Amino acid sequence: MSFRMPRAGVAGAALALGAALVFSGCAAGGGSAASRSSAPGTDAAPTTLTVFAAASLTEAFDALAEDFEAEHPAIEVSLSYGGSVALAQQIVEGAPVDVFASAAEPPMTVVVEAGLADDPVVFATNTLELVTPAGNPAGITGLADLADPDRGIALCDPTVPCGAASDALLAQEGVTASPDTLESDVKSVLTKVVLGEVDAALVYRTDARAAGDAVEGIEVPGAASVVNRYPIAAVGAAADRDVGRAEAAADFVAFVTGEAGQSVLADAGFGAP
Amino acid sequence: MGRTGRLAWPVAVVAGVALAVLVLPLVALVVRAPWGDLADLMTRESVLQALVLSFTTATLATGACLVLGVPLAALLARAADWPTLPRRALRAAVTVPLVLPPVVGGIALLLLLGRRGLIGGALDEWFGITVPFTTGAVVLAQVFVALPFLVFAVEGALRSADRRTELAAATLGASRWQVFRFVTLPLVAPGVAAGAVLCFTRALGEFGATITFAGSLPGVTRTLPIASYLAMQSDPDEAIALALLLLAVSVIVLLGLRDRWLPGVRA
Repeated sequence: MSFRMPRAGVAGAALALGAALVFSGCAAGGGSAASRSSAPGTDAAPTTLTVFAAASLTEAFDALAEDFEAEHPAIEVSLSYGGSVALAQQIVEGAPVDVFASAAEPPMTVVVEAGLADDPVVFATNTLELVTPAGNPAGITGLADLADPDRGIALCDPTVPCGAASDALLAQEGVTASPDTLESDVKSVLTKVVLGEVDAALVYRTDARAAGDAVEGIEVPGAASVVNRYPIAAVGAAADRDVGRAEAAADFVAFVTGEAGQSVLADAGFGAP
Repeated sequence: MGRTGRLAWPVAVVAGVALAVLVLPLVALVVRAPWGDLADLMTRESVLQALVLSFTTATLATGACLVLGVPLAALLARAADWPTLPRRALRAAVTVPLVLPPVVGGIALLLLLGRRGLIGGALDEWFGITVPFTTGAVVLAQVFVALPFLVFAVEGALRSADRRTELAAATLGASRWQVFRFVTLPLVAPGVAAGAVLCFTRALGEFGATITFAGSLPGVTRTLPIASYLAMQSDPDEAIALALLLLAVSVIVLLGLRDRWLPGVRA
C-alpha cells in the first residue's frame, strides 16, 4: 500500500494536470477573443463574422461571402445554414451570431422580440416551385398530383417557412396534399427529390435552380402570389461584445442589400425585395 | 480491495467534474421542464401520436432484434474458436452500428433500400414496394442501431454460461436443438431480457437514421425524438416535455437493470 499511494497520487496529478490544461485551453480561447474585442485595431488577426442564414440561401450566401471577403480582407465570414426557425431559436438561446438572414419574417420577429436585432431589412423574395427528379419518372403534371396518396411527396413541415409557404400555396389552389414526409428545412426536401426517393416536392424556385439538372421544375400557376420575404439584420448580442464585429456586421448587411449583393441574389433566382 | 478503497483527492475531484459533465445537462432539463403544463403538453394529439408510434416501433424493433440477434450472438460466442481475422471481422461488423453516427446508418439504409437503392430499386420495380417513409422504415432504422446491444448482452451471457450443463445434456442424448432450447436458452434468459430492454431503449431514442431514412410524417414516421427536435423549432416547451419523457423512460429502464448487464460492464 505504501508504494501504491504515491502512484495513485501521480496518476491523479496527471489527470488533474490534463484537466487543468483542457480548462485553461478553453479559458485562453475565450481570453484571446476578449483581447481582440478590446483592441480591434491593433490585432492583425482577421475578424470572424458569424452569419446564420436560411438553408435556401446556401448557394447565394456562399457566393456573397466570397465577394464580401474579397472586398474586406480583414474580415472572415463564417456561415451556418439551417432552418430559419431553428436558427432563430439558437440565436435567442445565446448563439454567438453577428448577422441573421431568415427565409421569412416570423423567425426574424422572434429574434427582434428577444431584443437581439433591430430594424431587419427585407433583401430578397422567393416563390415556390413544384419539382420532380430528373426525367419526371412519375409523370407529374401539376400541383393536383400532390394530393395523390400513391405518389411519393416531400414537403417542408408547416412550422418552418418553406412549409408555411407550401401550405399557403396548396390552400390557395385548393389542393389537399398527401405528403410522405414533412422535413425540417427546404434542403432536406430537395435531397429527397435529387435522390429520387419521392416523385414530387415543393421547394423554393432558387433551390430548384441550384439543383440544376438533378431536378425538373414544373410551373405552378398561382405560385407567384405566395411570396416569401427574406429579412436580414445585424444581431446585437454578439456585436455588443466587439466593436469591430458590429461594424463588420453592418457592412455585411449593407453589402447584401447593396448593388453587388442584389446582383448575386438575382443570379441565384431570388426576386427583388 | 482495501488499497483501492479510497481515491487520491485529485482523482476524486476530476471524477466529480466528469460526473457533472454527464449529469448537469440532464439536471437543467429537469429544472427547465414546464412542470405546470406537463399534463397538458403530454396529452396533445401530436405528442400522443409520436408516443404511440415510438412505443410501437421500438417494441417491433426489439422483437425483430430478439429473433435476429440471439442466433447472431450464438455465432459470435462460437467465433471465439475461429482464426483471428474472420473472428475480428465478425465482431467489427456487429460493433460498427454502435460507433457509427446514426445519420450514416440512415444514409446507408437509403442507399440499400431507397427507391434507387441496391435492393430497393428492384423491390420498387418488381413488387412496387417502397420502403422509405413508412413505419417499417422506422423499425428497420431502429433495428440497425439497436441490434448490437442485444447481440453483445446475449453473447456475454452465452460465454459465461456453464458449458458443462450443455455437455451433460448432450451425453444424456439431447439433440443440439434440444440442448439449445432447454439448456442454453434458460441459462442465458436474464442476458436476453437485459439485452431486449437495452435494445428497446436504444430504439426509442433513435433519431438520425430514422429522419434520414424514414422521414418525418406525423403518425407514420415522426417518432418522439423527431417530434422533440421539430418542436424545439416552434414550441420549446413541448420539446422539453418530450425530452423529459424520453429521459424518464431511459432512467427507469437503466435503474431496473442489474449492473452486470450494463454496456461496458463485463460479467
